[in-house]
Amino acid sequence: MVALMGVMKRVSLIFKSKANKALDRMEDPRETLDYSYQTQLELLQKVRRGVADVATSRKRIELQINQLQQSSDKLDRQARDALAAGREDLARDALTRKAGVQSQLSDLGTQYTSLQGEEEKLTGASQRLQAKVDAFRTKKETIKATYTAAEAQTRINEAFTGISEEMGDVGLAIQRAEDKTEQMKARAGAIDELMASGALDDMVSGPRDDIQAELDRMGASSGVDAELERLKGELSQGSAPRQIEGATGAANGSAAAAGGDVNPAQVRPADQPQAGDGA
Amino acid sequence: MIVRILGEGQVRVDDSAVSELNELDSKLEAAVERNDESGFQSALDELRARVRAVGRPLEPGSLEPSGLILPGEGATMAEVRQLLADDGLIPG
Repeated sequence: MVALMGVMKRVSLIFKSKANKALDRMEDPRETLDYSYQTQLELLQKVRRGVADVATSRKRIELQINQLQQSSDKLDRQARDALAAGREDLARDALTRKAGVQSQLSDLGTQYTSLQGEEEKLTGASQRLQAKVDAFRTKKETIKATYTAAEAQTRINEAFTGISEEMGDVGLAIQRAEDKTEQMKARAGAIDELMASGALDDMVSGPRDDIQAELDRMGASSGVDAELERLKGELSQGSAPRQIEGATGAANGSAAAAGGDVNPAQVRPADQPQAGDGA
Repeated sequence: MIVRILGEGQVRVDDSAVSELNELDSKLEAAVERNDESGFQSALDELRARVRAVGRPLEPGSLEPSGLILPGEGATMAEVRQLLADDGLIPG
């Protein structure tokens, strides 16, 4: 069992031992300074890519949040329309789906905040590393120009340990961000699939929207009814009684052919203006 | 004494404040020893808060190594254990 020396001390020793192992591998430290600097630049590139990855992931979530919000708004409208048309069953269906969409939305909101935090952390890490890499470059040039190999060894140790600690820290931050981004990608992919399958929001995709289809069908049939009434009204006003009989029969026949449900008793010329407006 | 908070950067802490930090660190270590995640989280939060309160940020271009390194925000006990393991989490 490790003697109690505190977590902070132990962590710093772990970092130092990593740096020392790397230093031990060096023969002429002045030559390896350049190599180390290369590694630092590569790490900087990696952090920047990490920032870009997290940002992409965040934007994707943002897009999904917007889509789901639209979907939720539309379901809300549909519920109102359905209720206004006396179709409580459809309204209930729409509200049930809306609740599902809302729960996805609140989940995504949490994930979004967490990704934002990750993005900020990585951006900060990138800036700190950049400052240290710049400092290291200056120091390395001085050391190379001024010192013998033996003298350089001691000069380099501190700078190397300092930058190596920063690199270890940044490396941890990248790993963490990568893990989170992977999780988010998987999640965003699952939501995309759910959307594509229509399970979440087929109401947004038009033709596949069964609630909207039902509302449209109701709207269309009342439109046909209104049109029929208008036609019947015209015929009854402009013709002799005998011809009206025949014309009304023809109108009824065509309505039946169009799949309308017309009750001849509903044909009332007085309704004509309202029916025309409503169509 | 220079202290690093992982993911945040380094601060310089007066030697007079170090014993207070070490006391808090002992609480943290004890929580790890008895596998107490909530005790670990509260001790870590407290320790970080104190380090931030008493520390002055180092200049960004400083290449000084830290005498103490503190796990960052959101670190779990499992991660800290891994960090302390021989072939720990630290890349490179």
